[in-house]
Amino acid sequence: MYAYDELDRTLLNERVSEFRDQVKRRLSGELTEDEFKILRLQNGVYLQLHAYMFRVAIPYGTLSSKQLRQLAHVARRYDRGYGHFTTRQNIQYNWIKLSELPDALADLAEVGIHAMQTSGNNTRNVTSDQWAGVAPGEVDDPRIWSELLRQYTTLHPEFSFLPRKFKIAITASAHDRAAIKIHDIGLRLYKNDEGELGFEVMVGGGLGRTPFIAKTIKQFVHRRDILSYVEAIMRVYNQYGRRDNIYKARIKILVHELGIDKFAKEVDEEWQHLRDSALVVEDSAIEEIRSRFSYPKYEKLPHMPDQLKQAAHDPLFERWRKNSVFTHKVQGYSIVTISLKPVGAPPGDATADQMDALADLAEKYSFGEIRVGHEQNLALPHVAKRDLPALWKALDKIGLATPNVNLVSDIIACPGLDYCSLANARSIPIAQELTRRFANHETANLIGRLHINISGCINACGHHHVGHIGILGVEKNGEEFYQITIGGRADEQAQMGTLIGPAVPYAEVADVVEDIVEAYLALRDSKEELFIDTVKRLGVEPFKERVYATR
Amino acid sequence: MPLVKNGQIATDIFFHAADGAELPGDGPVLVTAARFLEDPEALLKRAGKVGVIWPNNRDVDDLVPYLDRLALIALVFPTFRDGRAYSQARLLRERHGYEGELRATGQVLRDQFTFMLRAGFDAFDVKKQADAEAFGEAARRYTVFYQPTGDGRLSALHRRSQLRSSESARQ
Amino acid sequence: MTSPLEQKIKITGPSVVTANRTADGVVIWRTGTSGWSTDLADAAIVRTSDDARKLLAEAVGDDVGAVASYIAPVEIRDGKVLPGNLRERIRVKGLTIELLPVPA
Repeated sequence: MYAYDELDRTLLNERVSEFRDQVKRRLSGELTEDEFKILRLQNGVYLQLHAYMFRVAIPYGTLSSKQLRQLAHVARRYDRGYGHFTTRQNIQYNWIKLSELPDALADLAEVGIHAMQTSGNNTRNVTSDQWAGVAPGEVDDPRIWSELLRQYTTLHPEFSFLPRKFKIAITASAHDRAAIKIHDIGLRLYKNDEGELGFEVMVGGGLGRTPFIAKTIKQFVHRRDILSYVEAIMRVYNQYGRRDNIYKARIKILVHELGIDKFAKEVDEEWQHLRDSALVVEDSAIEEIRSRFSYPKYEKLPHMPDQLKQAAHDPLFERWRKNSVFTHKVQGYSIVTISLKPVGAPPGDATADQMDALADLAEKYSFGEIRVGHEQNLALPHVAKRDLPALWKALDKIGLATPNVNLVSDIIACPGLDYCSLANARSIPIAQELTRRFANHETANLIGRLHINISGCINACGHHHVGHIGILGVEKNGEEFYQITIGGRADEQAQMGTLIGPAVPYAEVADVVEDIVEAYLALRDSKEELFIDTVKRLGVEPFKERVYATR
Repeated sequence: MPLVKNGQIATDIFFHAADGAELPGDGPVLVTAARFLEDPEALLKRAGKVGVIWPNNRDVDDLVPYLDRLALIALVFPTFRDGRAYSQARLLRERHGYEGELRATGQVLRDQFTFMLRAGFDAFDVKKQADAEAFGEAARRYTVFYQPTGDGRLSALHRRSQLRSSESARQ
Repeated sequence: MTSPLEQKIKITGPSVVTANRTADGVVIWRTGTSGWSTDLADAAIVRTSDDARKLLAEAVGDDVGAVASYIAPVEIRDGKVLPGNLRERIRVKGLTIELLPVPA
């Protein structure tokens, strides 16, 4: 992970001290709620149904064991003993007291964790691929560039009061695990034909009421120009983004209304003034940031260690290994995904005890590093293959070895009406019921890769638009109903799902999903054809027929 | 609404002229953009200083021909949540080299002072007396900044590269 | 359960004013004696849109003690005041879901 230097720590402490003063002025009445609200949002503090919610940033989804322990400490000391990992690689606490927040922030600052700009009309957590730096085939570690952008966007004086929130994501892999195409700015790091490192820059992606897939504004921006180019985009947005209607205020609307060509022209005109300014990114600055990232000293290890050969006799271990263990760029190592989707549990939640235990396991088996993915699972990025059997036993003991990664019960869900004041319907109990219906691992494996996304309202924090099966909670006459879409995807082939029919009531959602899965199993042309590909091949009609035949 | 200038509470020397009203004598006057643009040359010919209030939904380009003769430009934050004037301020200072007084007006609160200073504002029409009195403290709260702006302060990246080159110079 | 953040003031039955306590976010209801209570039973009940508006205005005036005041429906059954929709039921009773087990 990135080690803060004196300057980073100072900024963080100055921020904590400022917020402490702001809370004091709020509680004394010197600041009205209207004046305070945006200040608390800029420090990640929302008001939800029952309590405040505190959203802590996990920049590009990377944590050290020490940091994870501190997150556990905050859960215990200031909350109810658990935390929730989100679709933007952050963690949320649901029961925090405003009066205790400055202390919680001070505790987090001790380990270089902050909550700056995790809410508000500013630039949010710059997210990346949870396999960054360890996935085979990356042209560079996208976290280096995420950190560069994190610093650039933090407390930016010009862009702290944008028309609306602004989200940036970066990937350096051909297979996009960071969902960059549904972000306000999506950056794909690659080398051009001349071998130079730079970015494909995409703008205007986003979900919510008016979902859009991001469009390429510039095919190649040289790495030295990335900050000045982003500044140009943001300045155009800050000046011309709509401020009359919060539902039309994201950059995706501006891009749509101007058209990508006109928008690109505006940005380019602005950029011409900026491209040789103090924003030029020198290679030495990048190397400085890179030097503060710690990389493991990998051993030279065999591709197939004895421990793995022996453990292969254990069917339970093998089931987990085949599901949750992924290829590392270094021979003899693996990336291990930690499912936070056990049967019957709220997706993405972890208890303080689990966090502490995982921190210990990371120290023992993963060079003290943990990752957070946008699909609300965690990962241990550098596990020696010989350690997999021992790791699995330990994970299983603490409920972190459910072998359902990428399967039908690996559900992404927003907190929904149980927690969130924006929601129209609940999402977590739907997810929980689905994990129970599909608890059988053989069945789940038979079905294969299938992403279900659930949102409790149109704000789409569960990313339902881009789910293979998407579920959106709506309200009809005081009752919870759900619209179902199929065929969405969030990767490099990103697209929105298609509605299969009228909304169904709460009690029927799990049945409908079972019907969809049954339809897929009947319609697929082979065991190898994934759900998403069957939908692509056949369209929505055959699924619609089967689901609504008796409804 | 106390005015803060050069870090202190100050008297506003500018007369705020309503659109139809006659301009008083030779003293400094602050006029609306509409009035200014009716006949900028005539206004700028007067002996006294001229200031203009520029709306936040209008490009500052239209002001560029007059920058060297304007003593004051007042930009507007209709609510503190509307951040367009930050871009306007930076463009005026950094792109067009404006050197006169750049005043933040509208809903100007303590918690935005640092951002405003960094964007190039040097005068503040502060909403609350207590905030005006706390200006100095608020302005000194931060010592580390991640981005370069026209305020002359080095970004963290540049401070680090300076440290690096002074280290390597010593070797 | 359309989010009350989008509400217009027009009530269709007995209603109360509810909010969250500023310092700790706990759910509270406006009482008939210009205060707040953490018990729905103590809430002032309004039955006309005018009265609702007045009570809300009074509640909003207490900016130090409470945040995000709004009007919520209630049901009166056998003399007991009950939350009037799912959202308010969740605010009174808490989560409808089982969480991961944490030590007491």
